[in-house]
Amino acid sequence: MSTETTAPEVKEEKRPSEPLFSKKNKKLITDPLDDDNPITVQVLGICSALAITVQVEQAVVMSLSVVFVMMMGNLIISLLRNSIPSRIRIIVQLVVVASLVIVVSETLQAFLPDVAARLSVFVGLIITNCIIMGRFEAFAMGNKPFPSVLDGFGNALGYAWILVAVAVVRELFGSGKLYGFEVIPAAFYDMGYMNNNMMILPPMALVTVGVIIWIQRARNTKLIEEN
Amino acid sequence: MKALKDLIDNKLMPPFKEGGKLHKFWPIPDSLDTFAFVPGHVTKSGSHIRDGIDMKRTMFMVIVALIPCLLFGMYNVGYQHYMAMGVTTATFGDMFLFGALKVLPLVIVSYGVGLGIEFIFCIVKSHAINEGFLVSGMLIPLCMPVDVPLWMVGVATAFAVVIGKEVFGGTGMNILNVALTARAFLFFAYPTEMSGNKVWINTAGDGKPVDGYTGETLLAKATTTPVSEFTDTAGNAYASVNASLLDAIYGFIPGSVGETSVIAILIGAGILLWTGIGSWRIMLSAIAGGAVMGLIFNLVGPAYFPNNTFLALPWWYHLAIGGFMFGVVFMATDPVTASQTATGKYIYGFLIGFLAILIRTVNPAYPEGVMMAILFMNVMAPMIDHYVIEANIKRRMNRLKVKTA
Repeated sequence: MSTETTAPEVKEEKRPSEPLFSKKNKKLITDPLDDDNPITVQVLGICSALAITVQVEQAVVMSLSVVFVMMMGNLIISLLRNSIPSRIRIIVQLVVVASLVIVVSETLQAFLPDVAARLSVFVGLIITNCIIMGRFEAFAMGNKPFPSVLDGFGNALGYAWILVAVAVVRELFGSGKLYGFEVIPAAFYDMGYMNNNMMILPPMALVTVGVIIWIQRARNTKLIEEN
Repeated sequence: MKALKDLIDNKLMPPFKEGGKLHKFWPIPDSLDTFAFVPGHVTKSGSHIRDGIDMKRTMFMVIVALIPCLLFGMYNVGYQHYMAMGVTTATFGDMFLFGALKVLPLVIVSYGVGLGIEFIFCIVKSHAINEGFLVSGMLIPLCMPVDVPLWMVGVATAFAVVIGKEVFGGTGMNILNVALTARAFLFFAYPTEMSGNKVWINTAGDGKPVDGYTGETLLAKATTTPVSEFTDTAGNAYASVNASLLDAIYGFIPGSVGETSVIAILIGAGILLWTGIGSWRIMLSAIAGGAVMGLIFNLVGPAYFPNNTFLALPWWYHLAIGGFMFGVVFMATDPVTASQTATGKYIYGFLIGFLAILIRTVNPAYPEGVMMAILFMNVMAPMIDHYVIEANIKRRMNRLKVKTA
């Protein structure tokens, strides 16, 4: 769950209609990309980031699925937010995300069967992806539909770019390919270069995420805690 | 000597000092200076009793202790090569020269990459250079097979220094032994270059290997053949079981560069113990742990698991073959990653020996159980210390209660 348990934003009913992409709305998308990234800053959704980043293709498909589930889920929850009894809200959120994930899962199996097979349980596990439940709780339950959709998009995008970045590193050094295409020339292999088997193992995904966090904190000093 | 010191202090150092033009690169001359001369630091607070031995000199003693292993390793590389090729005319000089030409590049790459990264980190973080890499840089080539490609050594060293050490805060802060991190990285990343029967003996040049040559280490052999059928590098059966054990103790067996000779390692152990740098508690208890595990397997192995001949390998063999002694003497005793408390050291050492034999016999995919055992216990060491200290506090509290009650 998101650590961000701040009270939902106060509703601004009377205000004249806000421009569609006001500064605040833009921030909803840009914040999760860097300053409030779900993976590298909030450290959520790590399990899937470690499991399905062996190949870029898997990472892209997974990211697109999460973008869809996240935006639709946030929209639905936001529309229902005033009619969800707060004592059973988690169950309602689960039903929403589960139905969306079933849609995604069936679509993948119909159109991309081999990718779906490689992603195996991890599509189903989007249901328990902490980022999604976190955003429902922390944002969609207290905000209007449009900002909620933007927030969902931003967070899913923040998740996606880390996933793809890790997958690029792992596929490039682990199997010498990118998106399934050989990119390291055969001449390298003739000279004695070898694919790094450890990149395919989950520990290296953790190290790669760690290195991304390191680079991010070195560049963005406001992320460093004072102690 | 005084004139030299004068020259360094007054002529060469000023541009690097505070406010000087090259102050950014201060760590480099500083490290070279303190290498040769005792640094002029004085104690500013706390304890005023100081020993003349600082970290640089501690590290240097470990290097001295490693020299017998290094020299013997060079000789053995050549010896194994000529044995495998069936060249009987090679002299001691030929063998040593051949080995030196194979081993020195490993040492140079390891030091070059490792120290390069350390220098960069010191300059960026602007602190003095830590000497921790001096020992790791020597241990890394000594725990590699001789035929490992040099670029892999470079990659592994870089990984070990950056991910194994610098991210935790540099020398003295690392959780895992740096040299073993490098070895484990290579073991998992490029398994074909780190195990099997192609990498332990250099067979380039001088024609084809002799008939019967297999090229695997005794560890790998022991997984498939009973000890009485061991053969030497040239494929000849040993005259007796004792002959093969003696070879393993002298070190005339294939293996990583520095790990083969028990005698060379014991000389190093003697230096470490005499100077008080290595912990005898860890060494002793690790050997005890290995012996106990080997003994248990000797007793239960043949009766319950007749298919695994490795279990029947006499327990004293386990101590002599593979990297057991090398790991126990030089890597398990690493003061940074080992347990700090005296009781903790016994537990830590014992479990290293115990797990090492367990891993190497029960899982033939990881013949070098010592590496896994030490890394695993490195992770556990802080927990062992924690409980040892807690127990100590509890005991003393009880004593206090009895007195006051």
